[in-house]
Amino acid sequence: MTTASSSAASRPDPALFDYLLRLGDDSLILAQRLSEWCGHAPMIEVDLSMSNVALDLVGQAMLFLDYAGQVEGKGRDGDKLAFHRDALRFRNCLLVEQPNGDFGQTMARQYLFSTWQRLLFQGLVKSTDAQIAGIAAKALKEIEYHADWSAEWVVRLGDGTPESRERMINGFAWMWRFVDELFQVDEIDAAVAKAGIGPARDSLRSDFDAALKSTFEAATLPLTPLPAAVLGGRKGHHSEHLGHILAEMQHLPRSYPGAVW
Amino acid sequence: MSNEWPLWEVFIRTKGGLSHRHAGSVRAPDAELALRHARDTYTRRLEGVSLWVVPSAQIVASDPHQAGPLFEPAESKIYRHPTFYHVPDNVKHI
Repeated sequence: MTTASSSAASRPDPALFDYLLRLGDDSLILAQRLSEWCGHAPMIEVDLSMSNVALDLVGQAMLFLDYAGQVEGKGRDGDKLAFHRDALRFRNCLLVEQPNGDFGQTMARQYLFSTWQRLLFQGLVKSTDAQIAGIAAKALKEIEYHADWSAEWVVRLGDGTPESRERMINGFAWMWRFVDELFQVDEIDAAVAKAGIGPARDSLRSDFDAALKSTFEAATLPLTPLPAAVLGGRKGHHSEHLGHILAEMQHLPRSYPGAVW
Repeated sequence: MSNEWPLWEVFIRTKGGLSHRHAGSVRAPDAELALRHARDTYTRRLEGVSLWVVPSAQIVASDPHQAGPLFEPAESKIYRHPTFYHVPDNVKHI
């Protein structure tokens, strides 16, 4: 595992494979969710903003899933892993598959995810795996924009009109229970952290809480204690939403295998 | 929409040393988001290295009906172009 990059193809590493799926699937499923906004956003400018973020995330997913395929060594590439895998095999966190709801709910999800993703990738750029470090360095610039952009919206909606404030509070109320999962450490995370491939997830918590506190103060929003965590995404136990997302996302390549532009 | 966001004019510097040039406009609730909307709308294909946004309401424009008195008098003054001067052969970089 310590020499993952060079020996990936010759010596398959299940923990690294699973870890790469987690990284790739987080970005892929959130990209698919954000893409649902395309043509439906409140303003054309916001439509473009969300599509840009979605495209950034697709790019990240492609890089991680392609690499996952190499590590697995069974000839699967990123497309194969994205479009020909069932829900039980997806390793994304539950947060990213949550419904868009209204714009406030989408921004709550985006803010929580991007704030956490920024901290995770600040660790990943120092990965002992050169390929992961390279992908993370490219992605981190995108993620910093996503985190700042979504924080701007949280502040504007939270500290906006009574209606925007209520929508922002309701949006977070939906998402809170999926926050703890982001910091859960299981045997795969422990192995990855031990090898210096990725940061220990639980070590990101204090910086995450500090970022939240600062944004919520600016947004004049109340920070409520988190409800009991809902877990399972990392093991393939997903909400009912993921099946619907995959049905739409995978329909074309599964109906017409090998279809090209 | 009566509660539409205000309009902002977007200026892009395409690379260091060049001037900012007008690219178009965006709607946004405030200056910070206007910059983000400008970035997301006009620099998706590596168009720039710097952005300005200016509230459209702050632009003072000349009156199209005054185009005659404003611009036509210049038509007959071709001597304002520096084309009547002899440039010595050994002057370079002109």
